[in-house]
Amino acid sequence: MEELVYQQMKEKVYKETMDNGLQVFLLSKPEMAKTFGIFTTNYGSIDQTFTPIGKDEKVTVPEGIAHFLEHKLFEKEDRDVFQDFTKLGASANAFTSFTKTAYLFSATSQIEKNVEILLNFVQDPYFSEESVEKEKGIIAQEIRMYDDQPDWRSFFGTIQSLYHEHPVKVDIAGTVDSIQKITKDDLYTCYETFYHPSNMVLFVAGNFEPEAMMNLIRENQNSKEFPPAPEINRSYPEEPTSVYKAENSIEMPVTTAKAMVGVKENVSELSGKELLRAELLSSMILDYYFSKSGKFYEELYKEDLIDDSFQYETELDRQFGFTILGGDSRKPDAMAKRVKEMLHELKVESISEEDFTRMKRKKIGQFMRALNSMEFIANQFTHYHTLGVDLFDVLPVIESLTTKDADEYLKHWIKDEAISVFQVKPQTT
Amino acid sequence: MKITEEKLLNKQGYRLHILPTKKYKTITIVAKFKAPLKREGITERALLPHVLQKATNEHPNVRSLQSALENLYGTALSSDGSKKGENHVISFRMEVVNEAYLNDQEPILEEALKLFNEVLFDPKKVGEGFDPEIVNREKQTLEQKITSIKDDKMSYANMRLMDHMCEEEPYALHVHGYLEDMPEITPEKLYEYYQSMIAGDMLDVYVIGDLDESFIEKVADDYFTRDQNEDNDQVSTIKKVKQVNEVVEREEVNQGKLHMGYRTYTKFGDDDYYALQIFNGIFGGFPSSKLFMNVREKHSLAYYAASRFESHKGLLLVFSGIDPKDYDQAKSIILEQMEAMKNGDFSEEQVEETKQQVINQLQETMDNANGLIEVLYHQMISGAEMPANELIDHIKKVSKQDVIEMANKIELDTVYFLTSKEGGE
Repeated sequence: MEELVYQQMKEKVYKETMDNGLQVFLLSKPEMAKTFGIFTTNYGSIDQTFTPIGKDEKVTVPEGIAHFLEHKLFEKEDRDVFQDFTKLGASANAFTSFTKTAYLFSATSQIEKNVEILLNFVQDPYFSEESVEKEKGIIAQEIRMYDDQPDWRSFFGTIQSLYHEHPVKVDIAGTVDSIQKITKDDLYTCYETFYHPSNMVLFVAGNFEPEAMMNLIRENQNSKEFPPAPEINRSYPEEPTSVYKAENSIEMPVTTAKAMVGVKENVSELSGKELLRAELLSSMILDYYFSKSGKFYEELYKEDLIDDSFQYETELDRQFGFTILGGDSRKPDAMAKRVKEMLHELKVESISEEDFTRMKRKKIGQFMRALNSMEFIANQFTHYHTLGVDLFDVLPVIESLTTKDADEYLKHWIKDEAISVFQVKPQTT
Repeated sequence: MKITEEKLLNKQGYRLHILPTKKYKTITIVAKFKAPLKREGITERALLPHVLQKATNEHPNVRSLQSALENLYGTALSSDGSKKGENHVISFRMEVVNEAYLNDQEPILEEALKLFNEVLFDPKKVGEGFDPEIVNREKQTLEQKITSIKDDKMSYANMRLMDHMCEEEPYALHVHGYLEDMPEITPEKLYEYYQSMIAGDMLDVYVIGDLDESFIEKVADDYFTRDQNEDNDQVSTIKKVKQVNEVVEREEVNQGKLHMGYRTYTKFGDDDYYALQIFNGIFGGFPSSKLFMNVREKHSLAYYAASRFESHKGLLLVFSGIDPKDYDQAKSIILEQMEAMKNGDFSEEQVEETKQQVINQLQETMDNANGLIEVLYHQMISGAEMPANELIDHIKKVSKQDVIEMANKIELDTVYFLTSKEGGE
C-alpha cells in the first residue's frame, strides 16, 4: 500500500494495485460521519464497437447498452441488490457517462460490509431474457423523461451538431427503439470485455481505518478468479475536425427559445497534464470573458441577449472534447451570432497580469470548495486517473499557469470550422 | 454526531449561530430572513435578492462586485427563496476558502464578511430607490424565470398540484412571485419593501467551518447589528380533507406526470413526526419502498415513483413519470400501496431497516455545511430544538404500530395528472 501525501491540501490517499489489476484508492476522513465508495469501469456509451474477449472480429452493439447494463447489474437471480444496501441502512446508486459506468454507495455504519456488497454485486452478473425484457419499459420512461427536458435536448443537440460519426453523438441511454434490440447475450459480451478488474478503479472516501480496509479489499479480490487481463480493443470511426452541422434547431413546447454555441475541441494530441492544462485554461478564459465579471457577459446581458440561465462548460475526455455556451434567449439568432463573433475575437485578445491572477485565485477557490465533497473527490480522482492525471495536481498546475500560456491558448483555440449553433425553438403550432 | 456544538448567541438585532468543525476547507456564512408568507409584497420579496446581488454603493456594478468576489479566492455568493410552512425565508449564502489552505496570508474571511454586509445592508442607491437600470433588468430576468417554470415539467406539475390542493391557503403562494405585479414595482417601491424587510424580518446568521469563535463574534457585531429582532412566525393553517379532488391538465409532453397530494396532520416537532419519517421511508422514500418496488420494478410503468413530506405544513407528496396511457393503472397501484400501509402490510424488519436508512440520511445531511444549517434552522423555527443523538433515539423508538397509526391518519386530498394533448387519463 502506497501513501500519496498532498501537503497543502492536508490530504493523504492510499493506493494499491491488486494482483488482478484492480486499482484501489482510499481517502481517510475520520471527521466525517459518512463514507462514500465508487466502483468505476472505464467503459461508457461511446464504447460501442470493439473486439469481444476471445473473439477476432469487431462487433457493434446496440445504442444505450452500457447504461442498460448498469441497470441490470443490480438485479440478481434471487434479489435486487438495492435491498442488500438497504438492509444496512445504506443508499446505493449508479450512473453511466460517455466514458464511464460507476456504481456507488454511501453509508454511516457497517462500512466494510457495504464495500464487500459493492465489489461482489458488480463482479457477479446475472442477466436473463426475462429481466432484460422487463427493464425495457423502465428505461423507455427514463428516455421519455429526458425527451421532455429542454436543457438536456439542447445539450445533446449541440453535441450532435458537432460530431459527424463519433458515438459521443448517441444519447447515453440510447433510444426507445435501440434498446428493444438489446439481448442478454449482448450484455454478457460487454460485461466480459469491459468489467475485468484491470479496467476498473475503486475509490473509497470517508470514515474508516485505511489499513484494515485495504486488507479487506485485497482478500476479497484474491478470493475470486479472473482470466488474465485482456487487452481491450475498442474502435472509433474516423472523425473530421470540422463540425457536422454549423447550424441546426429543433422545435419543442418551450416558453423561451434556447441558443447554444458549441466548439469542437481537438483532443487527439493531448494526454495527461496537457489535457489538464487545456481544461483549466479554457475554463479560466471562459470565466474571464463570460462569467458575471466578464466584459462579454456584461454586453450580452445588457443587450438582453442572455439571462441568468446562461452557462458554459468545457469537457475534454478520451476520444472527444467540446465547449458549450448558451441558455435561454429572447433573441436566439442575435445571441448566437454575437457569441460566435466573441469567440472569434478571442484570437486577438490578451489577459493582463492582474486579471489573470484574479482568475487563478477564482479557480483555486472553486477547487477548494469542491474538495469539501467526498463525492467530488472520488468521482474526479477516478476520472482524472483514467486520463493519466492526479486530481491533487490541479492546484500546482493552476499556480504554474502564466499570462503567456493564456495568450497562447487564446491565439490557437477557436477555429472557424469547429463551431456549431444549435437552437431549441418554441413550437409554432 | 456533533450537532450540540452549536453556539447560539442572541445579539443586537439577530441571532448568531457559530458552528466550529474541521470537516471543511471553507467557511460558510448563511443569513436567513424570515417573514410570514403572504400575497402582498411577495413579488418584491422574490425580486430583491436578484437586485441586491448586483451592486453596492462601494461596488456600483456587477463586474466590480463580481471581481471583488473573485479576488477573494472566488468567494461564492448566492441566494434563494423558500417556504418553511407558511413562512417565506430568503437565504443569502457565502462560502469562503479557509485561509489555512492558502499560501498567501491575507485576511480573506474578514474581507468577505465585509462584502457580505455591503450586499445586505448597503445596496446601491440612486435617489430614493435602487438603481433603475438594475431593477428593470432584474424584473425581466424574474419574469423570464416565472414563465419558464413551465419548461421543467416535474416542478411545474408540483406547482400545479399545490395550486389546486392548497387553493385557499397561503401555502399555495408562489415564492418566485407573479407576473401581474411587475408593472407596479418601481425602484422606489422596491427600496421601501427592502427597508421593511431589513427592519422587520427575523434574522438568523450561521457561520460554520474551522474557525476562531471569538473572532467571528467580534466581526459579526461589526457587520450584522440591527435595532431589533422580533419573531414573526406564522403558524401553518391545517385544512381537513372534505373530498378527493381529481385534476387532469394537458400540455405538449411525452411523459405524463402523476402527482398526488395527501395531508398528514403531522408537523416537525410533533410526537408522531418520527413515525411519519419511517412511514415515508417504507411507502416511497427509498428505492426499497413500496412505490419504487411496485410502480417501477414490478410493473415497469415508471423510471421514478417516490414520495416526500413537507415538515412544516403537514403534506405528503407522491410523484411519478408515466406513459399517458398508464394513468389508471399507475394511480390504482399507488392507492393500493397506501392501503397496504394502512393495513400494516409490511414487516418489523422493514421498519428496522428504514430506521437505519433515515438515521443514515440524517447523518449524511449533517456532514454537509448547508445541510446541517437547514436541520438546525428547521428545529429553531419549529421550537423543537434537540441534539442529534436525541433525535436518533426518537427515530429508534418508532414501532410498527406507530407507523400503521400514522398511515391511518394520512388522507388523500388531490390527484393531479399532467398529460399529453391526446393521451388517456
